[in-house]
Parts: sequence; structure tokens; C-alpha cells
Amino acid sequence: MSLHAQGAPMGKQDQTSWGWHMGVVVFVVAWFLIYKQLLGFSEWLTGLLPVERASHAGDALAFFLYDTPKVIMLLTLIVFAMGVVRSFFSPEKTRAMLSGKREGAGNLMSASLGILTPFCSCSAVPLFIGFVSAGVPLGVTFSFLIAAPMVNEVALVLLFGLVGWKVAVTYLVFGLGIAIVAGWIIGRLHLEDWLQDWVKDIHMGAVATEIPDEKLTMVDRYQQGIASVKEIVGKVWVWVVVGISLGALIHGYVPENAMVKIMGSGAWWSVPVAVIMGIPMYTNAAGVIPIVEALLDKGAALGTVLAFMMSVIALSLPEMLILRKVLTFKLIAVFAGVVGSGILAVGFLFNMIF
Amino acid sequence: MKDVKVYGPGCKRCDATEAMVRQTAEMLGIELQVEKVSDYAAIAMAGVVSTPGISVDGKLVHAGGLPNAADLETWLQA
Repeated sequence: MSLHAQGAPMGKQDQTSWGWHMGVVVFVVAWFLIYKQLLGFSEWLTGLLPVERASHAGDALAFFLYDTPKVIMLLTLIVFAMGVVRSFFSPEKTRAMLSGKREGAGNLMSASLGILTPFCSCSAVPLFIGFVSAGVPLGVTFSFLIAAPMVNEVALVLLFGLVGWKVAVTYLVFGLGIAIVAGWIIGRLHLEDWLQDWVKDIHMGAVATEIPDEKLTMVDRYQQGIASVKEIVGKVWVWVVVGISLGALIHGYVPENAMVKIMGSGAWWSVPVAVIMGIPMYTNAAGVIPIVEALLDKGAALGTVLAFMMSVIALSLPEMLILRKVLTFKLIAVFAGVVGSGILAVGFLFNMIF
Repeated sequence: MKDVKVYGPGCKRCDATEAMVRQTAEMLGIELQVEKVSDYAAIAMAGVVSTPGISVDGKLVHAGGLPNAADLETWLQA
């Protein structure tokens, strides 16, 4: 996939960009019109199928036929919007903003920028070194590294679309909270000595260059939005379909309240078990949230389910293995311990409140 | 001859970027020496935070994601 510019001849440039603006407006309007019809459409489609609507199979099918297009449409819109927004941010700019920031305010800023800055776990290591070598405090760097994968638009869209906006906002607030507090604690512990030796050496030498701003037009930004839709939605839709199918089966066939005993708020041990189970699991938000939604519906407690989700996304074993290149084992253990405790706390807190 | 370095630990996009640089150079008929830098320390020293990054004659011109084709032509021709 490439980002070939449309190569408009001079003079026609304005015309092309107006075409793009109009195109985006038409797309958004069409999106809303279609989105409003989805429920009626899915019920109509279920009605055409040779199953009893009131049966288990009918339930499962209706759920699947409504939720799949809904989630994929929501993802497309939001991922496009985030792609455009992200074109205004880059890890290089973020690093410049964060370098020399004090802890506290720095952690808050860093975690928020973690949501907006484009990030993929394959560049976690260069990013880590780049931040630390430019004088971004270790704890502030960690706030970024925790927030960036955990609080992302895919997770938020799926929570909003499948579970509701309240849970989505809660996840956003507490995900950020964990990133800020965990980063702050790691900063307070002064663990700079626990970096791998070669990373400390780079720390001494200043990083030389700054990249001149690549001039982006609004059309370039739209194209980046489209590119991220192709990349993210193209990768994630399989997970969405698999996740929603599993969710649909749980909806149709698992008896009401079946989860109360194992995952209900009465079972206190279910929170730590959920966190531990989440660590080796490597899937993304798209696969996990449809299942989460179905579990909630069958009586699982919100805190337990949130803890499971956060653990799956934020404490992934593969990412820790990547970070092993720059962090000593001790530092990774502290990182996992602090973040894990934060997730536990959120889980228990929610089970108490709701 | 221009000296171009592509910085990246070896992800799919880094390879794609390297291929893009070679193709563009061939298309424009520019002679290049392309070097792939995959050592993390060297990547960080060059100031690249998000990979892949590209430098031309020691000057960093791009970091993060595939470069824009038109921009790439400008950098290689400069």
C-alpha cells in the first residue's frame, strides 16, 4: 500500500482539494444515513432467514447481523478521523514537547500524547531510546508507553459501539489514570540504573538532528486517514468478525446469569485471575471486546471484565520481550508489577461501585 | 553518488521503504548507495524515533511510516 499523491498539475491544486473536502463531507453524511438504518436492516435480514426470531439461533444471528456492520462502520469513521488528527502529531514532535518536562505534569501530558501520537509496538524500542536520550524522564516515557497501546481508538470505538458510552469513557479515564500514576511511580523509584548498559551510553551523547517539517496539505492528511483505515480496519476486521461470532454464540446459548458465580462481583478472586489470564493472551481490542460485551450481558462484573481487557491489551508478553532489548529484567518486572497493580485496583474499585 | 540510509529494525514497512527508495532512484536515473541501518543504537543516534526513517547524505529527511512518493523524489533530487 502506498501513499502516492494525486500529482495534480499546478493551478488545479485548489480544485482538487475542494473535491477532497466535498468528498469527505459526502462520505460523512452518507455514513450517518446508512448507520441509522442498520437496526431495521438487520432485523429484516434475520426475518428472511429460515430461523425462528425468538429462538437461540435467531438471537445469535440478529446479534451478529447488527453488530458486525455497526462496529465496522464505527471503526472506519473513527480510524479515518484519528488518521487525520494524527497527521498533526509525530513521535519526534511529541519527544520535543516532553523533553525536560517535570514529573507529574509531564506524566499527564505524556499519557495524553500517547493517545494522539502514531505508535506501533514494532517501533517501541527506537521510541523508548529516542525519548530517554532526548532527556524525557524515564517515568514520563513509561506513561507514554503504557497509554499508547492501552487507550486507543479501536478499543474505545468497540466499547462505545458494543457496551455503551459510559463504559467507554470510564475506560478512557482509568486507562489514562493508570498510565499517569504508574509512570509517576516508576519515575519516583529512580530506576535509571536498570536500563541496559548500552542505552545509558546513548543517554550521554545528545541526539543530533531534527527533521524539518514535511509540508502536508489537507489532502495529504485525508490520504493519511484513508491509509490508516486500510491498514487498521484491513487488519482488524477479521478479529471483529471472529469476536462478534463468539459473542453471538454466548448471547444465544449461554444461559442468563451463568457468569455470576465465576465472574460476578461476589467472586473477589476473579479480578486477579482475569489479570493473570490476560498477560499471555495476545489479541487486540477488536477480538476481545465483543466477548467482553457478551460476558457482561450474562452477569459478569464490570470491574473483572475491564481488568481482563486492560491486561490483555497493556500487559502483553510479546511487547515485554521487545522491550527486553532496552530494559533489564528487573525493570520489566517493576513495570509489569506497577501496571498490574493499577489494573487490579481499577477492577476491584469498579466491582465495588457498580 | 548520494548516500542514503534507511533506518528500521526490520519491520514490513522498513523493507517497503527501502524498496521504494531504490525504485524511485532507478526511475529518476540517480545513482545511490543505499544502506539499511537496523541497529537500535544507531537508529536512536540518528535521531529517528519512529521507524522507518530516511537520511540523505547524512541529513535526516523523514521518520515514521512510508514516505510520500513526491517528497521522496524531491529529497533524492536535491
